[in-house]
Amino acid sequence: MPNLKLDHAPPQRIVVFGGVYNNHRSLAATLAEAQRLGADEMYCLGDMGGFGPNPDKVFPLLREAGVHCMQGNYDHSVGNRLEDCACGYTDPRDNHFARISYDYTLSHTSDANKDWLRALPTGFRRTWNGQQVVMAHGSTRRTNEFLWSSTSPDHFLEHLLRDAGADLLLVTHTGIPWARTLSSGRSVINVGAIGRPANDGNLHVWAVELDLTTPGAIRHRFLPISYDHAALADEMRDERLPEEFVATILTGWWTTCLEILPAKERALGRF
Amino acid sequence: MQLQAPPTLPFPYLETLWLQVTGTLCNLTCKHCFITCGPNNASHPMMTAAQVRASVDEAIGFGVREFYFTGGEPFLHPEIEALIAFVLERGPLSILTNGLLIDAPRADRLSKLAAASPYSLDLRISLDGFTADQNDPIRGRGTFEKIIAAVTLCAGAGIDPILTITEVVPATEATLPAFQQLLANSGITRPRLKFLPPLRLGREARRDRGYEDAERLFDGDLLPDEVFSLACGTGRMVTAKGVYPCPILIEAPGARMSDHLTDALQPIQLRHQACYSCHAEGLRCRT
Repeated sequence: MPNLKLDHAPPQRIVVFGGVYNNHRSLAATLAEAQRLGADEMYCLGDMGGFGPNPDKVFPLLREAGVHCMQGNYDHSVGNRLEDCACGYTDPRDNHFARISYDYTLSHTSDANKDWLRALPTGFRRTWNGQQVVMAHGSTRRTNEFLWSSTSPDHFLEHLLRDAGADLLLVTHTGIPWARTLSSGRSVINVGAIGRPANDGNLHVWAVELDLTTPGAIRHRFLPISYDHAALADEMRDERLPEEFVATILTGWWTTCLEILPAKERALGRF
Repeated sequence: MQLQAPPTLPFPYLETLWLQVTGTLCNLTCKHCFITCGPNNASHPMMTAAQVRASVDEAIGFGVREFYFTGGEPFLHPEIEALIAFVLERGPLSILTNGLLIDAPRADRLSKLAAASPYSLDLRISLDGFTADQNDPIRGRGTFEKIIAAVTLCAGAGIDPILTITEVVPATEATLPAFQQLLANSGITRPRLKFLPPLRLGREARRDRGYEDAERLFDGDLLPDEVFSLACGTGRMVTAKGVYPCPILIEAPGARMSDHLTDALQPIQLRHQACYSCHAEGLRCRT
């Protein structure tokens, strides 16, 4: 199989993350952890904006570290200067907070960064250790499809991966990490989000390390990423972002836009 | 003669299978019901358990992602709990119910069924006002109290139902806090509310009004990606009488598509006036 990247050795250790949500502090911590692990490639599965403070701070970090970046649904909306995030909530309270977060991000993202977001690719495909690895924001068939563990039956995932020609699928979009190996041997990893905690009362966020050092295999490990969440909370307050958002950073529990959570995931949270 | 054609909606894939498990049989006769369900309406008979299982298995062959039980009132089905267990072994399930047949032992059994599955069980309980004065004229005398009792039992059993509220009573600033308070009083710590616009079909057409002639869709009306939010874009409804585009159109003349799912996974024309509601109001039937 011809490979355009033959001019340098294939990667041995890869860090994949998504859902930055303007959290430049957890992003910096994720990049530092990747460097410490000796990662030779990094991938960000999209949604750079939303929720956190000072959107323009994440872009230099992503670019200087050479992260392969993908466009999420939020990036598509911001990049194309759309009127709203197209989150599609039906609960008026969720719509209220989604509106605040989107208006803030849109008005605080520079034109140059919006153009950069608009030009991002919407997926990646790699052949690593002989396996077809596909990366998508939500799912392979739709950028804003939520792959929650409790609403993604095995037969459905088999169908999705077979259609995409994937042995391993990596996604984000939901903000809660999980991984499953299917009976066919294909695997799905939702890398979670680095922008906010996973609604489990912990303050760290999650990224994923892929270890390719064993020939023929791709092993994964979830990486808890701690960062200066108190400093982020201060910054959010300085930007007059809602106290409900700040509370999530300081407690690890989601407080808004909970409508998207299916019953099982919702029951694990406090609100 | 129709000068302009209705839009054609593609069918990219089957994501959602709706099952009209009890047909049009219901223990209530809500005045806004868009399919005129009630104790005496057998226009769609109850599905047999074998029919439900066969439809679920057929949909799995097409890579379906999620299942919905509706009616009528799904808990009138004599084998409903066995069917819930059957589906939850295969994927996530939402049940659209009026809550009246949920007593304490049933709430407990539902909680156990949900806990035993890796997939989500979402209960959607309908309520049409935050007081009996608002709700009961629509859903029937005494129903407010019974619905709240069911919601409280579910909360006690560890299930947070989604309250589905049809906007027959116009929402005000006070509406959302009032519903949230009502849920809090019922022991629900994680409030889940879904507001739905009324559909001007069935009994609702008589309660308020039917569709006006201009309320229909024409080619070019659909937004990009609307196929993914419309129920008929990635879903199909199965009843004892066959396959329909969506849960709303099962009594609409000519809406029936086929005997089997395999023949119904194809583009449709949005030529029914109810299609206008889904487009104009952004109606999302899914949980």
